[in-house]
Amino acid sequence: MNSWIDVCAVDDLQPDSGVCALVGEVQVALFYIPKLQQVYAVGNFDPIGAANVMSRGLIGDLNGEPMVASPLYKQHYSLTTGRCFEDAALSLPTYPVRVEDNRILVGLSHE
Amino acid sequence: MSPKQTLVVIGNGMVGQHFLAGLVASTAKDHYDIITFCEEPRVAYDRVHLSEYFTGKTAEDLTLVPDNFFEEHGITIHLSDRAVTIDRAQKQVISAQGLVVHYDKIVLATGSYPFVPPVPGHERTQCLVYRTIEDLEAIQTAAAKSKIGTVVGGGLLGLEAAKALKDLGLETHVVEFAPRLMAVQLDEGGGAMLKHKISALGVTVHTGKNTAQIIDGEQCVHKMCFTDGEELETDLILFSAGIRPRDDIARASDLEVGQRGGIVINNACQTNDPDIYAIGECALWNGQIFGLVAPGYSMARTVVAHLSDQQQAFTGADMSTKLKLMGVDVASIGDAHAKTPSALVYTYQDGRSEIYKRLVVSNDNKYLLGAVLVGDANGYSTLLQYCLSRIELPENPDSLILPPRSDQSVGLGPDALPDSAQICSCYAVSKGEVCAAIAGGCNTVSALKTETKAGTGCGGCGALLKSVLDCELKKAGVEVNTDICEHFPHTRQDLYTLIRVESIKTFDELLDKHGRGLGCEICKPAVGSILASYWNDYILKQEHVGLQDTNDTFLANMQKDGTYSIVPRVPGGEITPDGLIVLGQVAKKYQLYTKITGGQRVDLFGARVEQLPLIWQELIAVGFETGHAYGKSLRTVKSCVGSTWCRYGVDDSTGLAIELENRYKGLRAPHKIKFAVSGCTRECAEAQSKDIGIIATEGGWNLYVCGNGGMKPRHADLFATNLDKDTLIKYIDRVLIFYARTAERLQRTSVWMENMEGGLDYLKAVVIDDKLGLGAELEQQMGHIIASYQCEWQTTLQDEQRLKRFRHFINSDQADQNIVFVEERGQPRPAKLNERRHFTLVEEAGA
Ligand code: SRM
Ligand SMILES: Cc1cc2nc3c(=O)[nH]c(=O)nc-3n(C[C@H](O)[C@H](O)[C@H](O)COP(=O)(O)OP(=O)(O)OC[C@H]3O[C@@H](n4cnc5c(N)ncnc54)[C@H](O)[C@@H]3O)c2cc1C
Ligand code: SF4
Ligand code: FES
Repeated sequence: MNSWIDVCAVDDLQPDSGVCALVGEVQVALFYIPKLQQVYAVGNFDPIGAANVMSRGLIGDLNGEPMVASPLYKQHYSLTTGRCFEDAALSLPTYPVRVEDNRILVGLSHE
Repeated sequence: MSPKQTLVVIGNGMVGQHFLAGLVASTAKDHYDIITFCEEPRVAYDRVHLSEYFTGKTAEDLTLVPDNFFEEHGITIHLSDRAVTIDRAQKQVISAQGLVVHYDKIVLATGSYPFVPPVPGHERTQCLVYRTIEDLEAIQTAAAKSKIGTVVGGGLLGLEAAKALKDLGLETHVVEFAPRLMAVQLDEGGGAMLKHKISALGVTVHTGKNTAQIIDGEQCVHKMCFTDGEELETDLILFSAGIRPRDDIARASDLEVGQRGGIVINNACQTNDPDIYAIGECALWNGQIFGLVAPGYSMARTVVAHLSDQQQAFTGADMSTKLKLMGVDVASIGDAHAKTPSALVYTYQDGRSEIYKRLVVSNDNKYLLGAVLVGDANGYSTLLQYCLSRIELPENPDSLILPPRSDQSVGLGPDALPDSAQICSCYAVSKGEVCAAIAGGCNTVSALKTETKAGTGCGGCGALLKSVLDCELKKAGVEVNTDICEHFPHTRQDLYTLIRVESIKTFDELLDKHGRGLGCEICKPAVGSILASYWNDYILKQEHVGLQDTNDTFLANMQKDGTYSIVPRVPGGEITPDGLIVLGQVAKKYQLYTKITGGQRVDLFGARVEQLPLIWQELIAVGFETGHAYGKSLRTVKSCVGSTWCRYGVDDSTGLAIELENRYKGLRAPHKIKFAVSGCTRECAEAQSKDIGIIATEGGWNLYVCGNGGMKPRHADLFATNLDKDTLIKYIDRVLIFYARTAERLQRTSVWMENMEGGLDYLKAVVIDDKLGLGAELEQQMGHIIASYQCEWQTTLQDEQRLKRFRHFINSDQADQNIVFVEERGQPRPAKLNERRHFTLVEEAGA
């Protein structure tokens, strides 16, 4: 089940770009794409570069799938599934996002 | 099967090795045991590119012999051993070290030696020649002790040697007996133009000078005394007065030699003893010695064919040449001296651009017999094909050498060439063979090189090879996709034009009008860069920020652990003690790793994202500005100390570097741009490896363009000489904006130049002659960039909204726990993974 954690205001997001939020103990990268009216949340840790930098990657789409490119070595990760386009063995964790009263809520699951 | 015979190859030089390589690939290889004598201490190397030994190539780089070649093919090689005589009665070869070897057949490939005129004093120390790697080593050693160097002989090789001396830092002279330079290849007008150009490059040329004797000098090691009573003091003398065939062994063995030397051969390359062949520079065919490698290779192929029982005759060779001497294009084709009776001659001379061209045409005005080109050898391939393939000339042959009038284009597309046209003369590859290889699947130049060997010799045919390839691919309907990425069906150049013509100011506007999808990490930064180099907005403006690569987004370079480096601008590398102290204090306060960069400034590493504004606040307070180390933009203008302090400096290189860095700072481009300015030809600032390089001369500034260090170094091209500062700046403005407009994304100026149709000459035509009529517009655009410069860090510090971004977390002031430093050599560095685990454990234990 998810617990929803309030992280910031919608205005704190960077349109067409990313920011990092501390959600509980977890570093989450938040990306806002106004064109799709969507906010995506994935893990901030770059599994190849081994650094907390994913929120600083460039975003866009590959064949229509929204993605973020690692700022360190440019691998692409899907913003919807977290899957790495270049290496099927790798993925970023993904998190559900809700917008309520101009606030961004990120869902963390607890077993 | 008949027992094997013994084949002895004497000489393992360029031609000897080419012969061996051809032989082991032929059917004849099974019939011979092969033995070769090599007088030099190393196996065959590329003499044609010998001068590159001075620019960093090693003897190994120059080798022509694949690894294990001799072992693999069972060839016995006797290194450092000279064959002395041939006992033709006993059929034995006797070597200097006393070896006696039986032979059935011999191939002489002994090459030639440099002719040293018997001037009294020619045997003094530091009187050298230019033929082997050992010669070059001796020259290097002597040059280190010398200030002035003189080359005797102003032929092709002499001028190449002069360039080498100049590059070694010597004041260089060329002494030529004939009244003009390159007397063999050039006519009077061409020789005069060449002399003029080479003198302008700082080499003193003395023509019509005969050396009477060489004696002790007063200021220098030698004094050369000329027959006209004049004298020249010099420390080093290089004789390059022609070559003489090495026919000593033929003479010792009673083979027929020519009156002026050379081993006489017939069309099968046999000497008067049918078991003995001679090939390469030692051979005399039809009264001629061929001092170029291509005819030697052709002789080698003839002998391989002959030994394989095939009919193939050597029927002479084309001696046309094209080369670049000290940046000056020189070419000579066929009957350059118009010796053919009643030949017609067309001459074109452009005094301002220093171009000289001459065509020699058959009496009926139909065929090209010869040509001379100085200062612009662009038409060489075309003219050579007219000459060799006997293609009928256009009605007005002079249109081939006159500068193109805007609406007409004369030339010869590769399509017009017959299949028999020779594309590569080094490897005798015809257009037909190239086309066959392309049809067989070679669709890149490098694949073609591997398949046909074309282009792997002197390299002179590269451009022609590429144009044949392009033309064939086009005909085959192969379309190379040049779209920048899946979001825009356009090249970068197209996008630039769209943005300019439609006055587009944002990525979204461009995407709506001309693209699809959301964009990606390819097209976004590319468009960001175009917008910046055209409009020059603040790059972190809301509508642009998402386009920037990470480094630009945070105006700093991201390191492997997610921290950043900070590189303040230090124009020209000049910094005050107070400036240095502040850098030190800031580095100390924020515990930043500090390093001097290769770009003459200081890099501070290990800043956390939230520290960047604090650090910049302190730096800007004392006058530092961003150094754009993160941007595809102007980086540094390196300088040397120049005339202000240096005893050799001829102008204020530091002053100019600072002025240029301040002028072009902030300019964004397809890739980063680096400059350097040196105060004299010693080139301490390494300007010739920069995108824009400038060297002071007595007559003004010499401008070099499109050099590169990095992954694939490229020597910059000399663009213009002896410029005053205003002209220099005008040319740089134009070159840079033209680059920003027309290059591909992430293409350095070096690669841009290499891919530019028409190359250097085209760029000169655009920038110097304003051929496209764009000059004023390019300057105006640069003017806009300069006028709208801002220090991006200063702007950012004043923008509350922007500063919100400079935190690790949007919702917490905590720092990133994953960033851990350890100390090394008294400074911090990122912890390695194993060190980090240890660190975390200790921390937990303490908590
Ligand atoms: C700091 C420095 C090395 C040093 O410790 O001296 C450096 C560091 C980097 N260089 Fe460099 N280069 C540095 C001088 C050079 C030089 C020497 C020079 O400029 O005289 C060269 C060769 C000259 C040239 O560019 O032609 C050089 C050729 C490269 C290249 C290869 C470019 C090429 O055309 O092949 C790259 C990769 C690229 O740009 O794509 C590169 C890329 C990089 C990057 C940006 C790699 C990266 O993406 O992280 C490094 C990050 C710097 C940082 O984090 O602050 N660096 N780099 C030098 C900074 C100079 C400055 O003050 O701005
Ligand atoms: C600096 C320089 C630049 C040049 N540039 C060009 C150019 O741009 N284009 C071009 O076409 N040509 C150029 N040439 C000329 C080209 O190098 C020669 O045409 C080519 O090397 C000739 O090959 P070869 O095998 O006949 O002679 P070499 O390459 O000289 O080989 C002959 C070898 O035989 C050895 N030898 C001689 N006698 C004996 C013996 N009795 N026993 C054993 N070994 C012996 C010699 O030591 C030598 O190693 C250049 C030459 C030089 C020096
Ligand atoms: S290049 Fe500059 S520093 Fe070097 S010798 Fe010349 S003037 Fe002096
Ligand atoms: S002509 Fe020399 S490599 Fe082709």
